[in-house]
Amino acid sequence: MQFDTIAAISTPMGEGAIAIVRISGDEAVEIADRLFRSPSGKRLVDSSSHTIHYGHLVDPSTDETVEEIMVSLMKAPKTFTREDVIELNCHGGLVSVNRVLRLVLQYGARLAEPGEFTKRAFLNGRIDLSQSEAVMDLIRAKTDRAMNVALNQMDGKLSRLIGELRQALLETLAQVEVNIDYPEYDDVEEMTIPLMIEKGEWVRSEIIKLLSTSSQGRILREGLSTVIIGRPNVGKSSLLNSLVQENKAIVTDIAGTTRDIIEEYVNVKGVPLKLVDTAGIRETEDLVERIGVERSRQVLKEADLVILLLNGSEALSPEDERLLETIRPMDAIIVVNKTDLPQQIDIETVKQLAGQKHVITTSILQDEGVDELEETIASLFFGGGIEAEDPTYVSNERHIALLHQAKTSIEDAIQAAEARVPIDMIQIDITRTWELLGEIVGDTVQDSLINQLFSQFCLGK
Amino acid sequence: MPQFEAGTFDVIVIGAGHAGVEAAYASAKMGASTLVLTMNLDMIAFMPCNPSLGGPAKGIVVREIDALGGAMGKVIDKTHIQMRMLNTGKGPAVRALRAQADKVLYQQEMKRMLEDEEHLSLHQGVVEELIVEDGEVKGVLTQIGAIYRAKTVIVTTGTFLRGEVIIGDLKYSSGPNNQMPSIKLADSLRELGFDTVRFKTGTPPRVNSNTVDYSKTEIQPGDETPRAFSFETTEFITDQLPCWLTYTSPLTHQLINENLHLSPMYSGVIKGKGPSYCPSIEDKIVRFADKSRHQIFLEPEGRNTREMYVQGLSTSLPEHVQRKMIESVPGLEKAQMLRAGYAIEYDAIVPTQLWPTLETKKIKNLYTAGQLNGTSGYEEAAAQGIMAGINAASRVLGKEEVVLGRADAYIGVLIDDLVTKGTSEPYRLLTSRAEYRLLLRHDNADLRLTEIGHTLGMISDERYAKFVVKKQQIEEEIERLRKVSVKPEEAVQTIIEAAGGTALREPMKAADLLKRPEMKYDEISKVVPPETACTPDVAEQVEISIKYEGYIEKAMQQVNRMKKMENKKIPEGIDYHAISGLAKEARANLSDVRPLSIAQASRISGVNPADISILLVYIEQGKIAKISG
Ligand SMILES: Cc1cc2nc3c(=O)[nH]c(=O)nc-3n(C[C@H](O)[C@H](O)[C@H](O)COP(=O)(O)OP(=O)(O)OC[C@H]3O[C@@H](n4cnc5c(N)ncnc54)[C@H](O)[C@@H]3O)c2cc1C
Ligand SMILES: Nc1nc2c(ncn2[C@@H]2O[C@H](COP(=O)(O)OP(=O)(O)OP(=O)(O)O)[C@@H](O)[C@H]2O)c(=O)[nH]1
Ligand SMILES: [Mg+2]
Repeated sequence: MQFDTIAAISTPMGEGAIAIVRISGDEAVEIADRLFRSPSGKRLVDSSSHTIHYGHLVDPSTDETVEEIMVSLMKAPKTFTREDVIELNCHGGLVSVNRVLRLVLQYGARLAEPGEFTKRAFLNGRIDLSQSEAVMDLIRAKTDRAMNVALNQMDGKLSRLIGELRQALLETLAQVEVNIDYPEYDDVEEMTIPLMIEKGEWVRSEIIKLLSTSSQGRILREGLSTVIIGRPNVGKSSLLNSLVQENKAIVTDIAGTTRDIIEEYVNVKGVPLKLVDTAGIRETEDLVERIGVERSRQVLKEADLVILLLNGSEALSPEDERLLETIRPMDAIIVVNKTDLPQQIDIETVKQLAGQKHVITTSILQDEGVDELEETIASLFFGGGIEAEDPTYVSNERHIALLHQAKTSIEDAIQAAEARVPIDMIQIDITRTWELLGEIVGDTVQDSLINQLFSQFCLGK
Repeated sequence: MPQFEAGTFDVIVIGAGHAGVEAAYASAKMGASTLVLTMNLDMIAFMPCNPSLGGPAKGIVVREIDALGGAMGKVIDKTHIQMRMLNTGKGPAVRALRAQADKVLYQQEMKRMLEDEEHLSLHQGVVEELIVEDGEVKGVLTQIGAIYRAKTVIVTTGTFLRGEVIIGDLKYSSGPNNQMPSIKLADSLRELGFDTVRFKTGTPPRVNSNTVDYSKTEIQPGDETPRAFSFETTEFITDQLPCWLTYTSPLTHQLINENLHLSPMYSGVIKGKGPSYCPSIEDKIVRFADKSRHQIFLEPEGRNTREMYVQGLSTSLPEHVQRKMIESVPGLEKAQMLRAGYAIEYDAIVPTQLWPTLETKKIKNLYTAGQLNGTSGYEEAAAQGIMAGINAASRVLGKEEVVLGRADAYIGVLIDDLVTKGTSEPYRLLTSRAEYRLLLRHDNADLRLTEIGHTLGMISDERYAKFVVKKQQIEEEIERLRKVSVKPEEAVQTIIEAAGGTALREPMKAADLLKRPEMKYDEISKVVPPETACTPDVAEQVEISIKYEGYIEKAMQQVNRMKKMENKKIPEGIDYHAISGLAKEARANLSDVRPLSIAQASRISGVNPADISILLVYIEQGKIAKISG
């Protein structure tokens, strides 16, 4: 579809503290409006062009706030693409930007192909004519490459699985169609509502399974999301700097130095890590810091691996115990830091509370034990200690967005079936699911249904 | 053969099959002087295969033809022997009407209608050549040397072009049902440069009803509710004839398997491509070997004949095998075969050589319609016929061309598929070919198309006035139900509970109540009665519009998106080979089809999104720089 609404993260990944999700197209304002809540209650659809709005982005399905946000609203034609454009300025680093993008995609936008904003700008007359040849080459190269990349990215297992789901849907559809187009053929089994619900539920659960691997998929592309947590001043930022081998995070002896999330990409013994330094977690009065702490909790939820830092030179505090409790269900490593100082901590208690988890002692200041930590991360990853080696990955944002949409539409179908809506209406959503899954594997040819119809059933005069 | 001038017309239609009659009727109704030249006036609108019209998708086409002001619906309403509404247990999108026709009465009624039409002349004659000068058609030449001149010509010669009938290993030159084949006209078309393909179709044997043992079959009566295709019909036929259902037996299957080597399909005598949706019985038994039996429907061919059509037994096996096959079917043990089934091979022109108006790209003012264009089926033929008639007459009368979109009508889906994708086998309409079938319903055909028919002059002012009133009533009643509240009063609860619903807890809008699956308009109108009661037609529209609002809206959103692509027109005369960056296959296919819009281009096979992007860039560039061609 050439004129639908598109969206993408428009700042380079991992660069800069602010990331922008840009949406362009007729439905840009409407989509943003569905997700945006301003404190004054003013809606984006009622706002004038070229204005900026402060508020929150919420997930309408749960009403949960995802992100504090600044929205730039620009209406056609005075925009880059000459279409309505919305820019969502997110401060929360990559994790939350991805969430924002995902919501935008879920609520009606399509992930832009590489170069698509530029293409639209060109098509709508924004870009100089003399560049047209170059632009055409670019489009050819980029679109083809994007498709190839998308296809190559998918390992055989994923495309096989999607293929199976589509085949099941296609057979269901063919049966519905045959009942519709050949109602007089009483020897064709009637596709009943319970049967349809059963198939629908199966497809739905498979999609959910696939989506649940999407976080693992991200590991491969973006690195294992590794979050460093701990009370203020235990040495989190120091650890990040040590692993990155650069001074990225500010280190001071003042508790609460790190107030927001800092992300760094680093390769540790062959494992790609996306390291996330967080604000020290404790109940705090400082408002700005509290936002940081909120975010730390949020980030924690999405982490693939947690490194919990404890201060060996102090006794285990109730906060530490709470943190140990929080990470119990997660993949985590416990690091007891500051071994160069006199030790107050009861290491046996720590080990007891840690259960199966690795406990490592370090002095980051003196660069002791950090190597052991790196080894442990690597062995966990390669040894399967971190759930990352199921080969069925959904690693592409486009795939993830399509799967989300497919899930929504199969759920619509199931819901309709349960509400006893006529079968040919339910079929609309099943067809849509089939098409969306087809977009993942690059196959949306309508004719296959008709071919299925005639190979599956015996019809004719 | 000496030649002579025989007359001049606005529009000449060659052939009076289902395509030809609609083409001529439409063009004459629009006021263009129209001549129909056909081989045999006793064979007007002849049904060479099953004596029935309508069914899923096809029945909706008949409604659409009627909404445009065409003939098929009116004629079948007067001449059927039975009608049934199909898919009543399903949603409104797929309900469809089917009629069993009295074949002879249908032909007679159609002939009389054409005879009565003011601007229409009927004439028996065999066209042998198209007269073409400078890439424009100027008229036709017949077998006896008569030259008829015209501004536009529509060819609708069905399965007659180089037709060959095949039964067993017998193969002879013939049109359907032993009529004359058209050989010279086929040559003329090929000399003009048209690409043709060889297609095949077939028909089952017929038996004498007096020799059928009905006790071994199941009766299939028509609906008791009176039904009609035409929105104008007010008189309904009540005296209906039933059809009968029986099945093949193990013996039938054995006979076929034993004689497969005699089938021209398997011996290689038949080379034409047959439709996969209409396999012969030998095909079915080979491809679905595990099915122990197949349905056989016995359909009367009319009121004044004992001839029965044996649906399900289409075959081209030799006649002696056909006889044994018939005798192997329960109920037909003693049946007397009146005619053998046969297959027919014929030339069809490759439909991507046509514009969406059905005018040929090669020769100006020449149109083709019907089975000649690679379709199969009476309704498919009629649908193209009416559109070709409208466009040929529009050309002459200086009116705008009419192209129906995929969201406007099944007719639009059919023609777009043909001219954009072409077809590798005889094309039949199926509901699944339409993306927006919820919008293309049996019940709303008039709402979709009456306006167009009236503008063209094919719908009378009187009928149009009634239509406008109906439309207004629908809108008002929907509006009313959206506004009026239903309160949880006892009388109301009784009605709701009687309908199997759960009682109201708080007041709700009548429209929302109607959205509950168990609620029908009838109940709602009892709960909140309108000032004047709605007709069943109006009630039906109100109910569907409200009940399926969500789905309809979703479909409309898709349609609007597609419309934007539809509105991006591609200028004429683009040299696709000169556009750098287009993939090779895309270049070739775009050059063949010469799409008129980006949307159409995107439906062409082998044209991928990257090609569409490049095309868009190119068009934009052309527009900005005023480059064209
Ligand atoms: C054996 C057989 C089996 C079929 N089976 C099916 C089926 O199972 N299902 C289905 O949907 N459809 C079937 N059909 C197809 C259906 O009959 C046609 O699709 C439909 O009748 C086509 O309409 P038409 O107007 O295009 O052509 P036709 O109805 O064939 O009409 C062609 C007209 O052109 C005239 N004509 C031809 N040549 C000339 C000439 N040179 N000069 C003047 N007039 C000429 C003829 O006299 C005739 O009036 C079958 C057809 C045949 C023959
Ligand atoms: N003695 C000793 N001091 C350390 C060690 N690791 C870090 N420190 C010091 O502890 C102080 C706090 O370190 P940071 O890295 O800022 O701690 P943090 O956990 O990021 O603290 P927040 O700012 O609250 O997030 C600094 O003065 C560090 O130099 C260690 O192993 N031994
Ligand atoms: Mg810090």
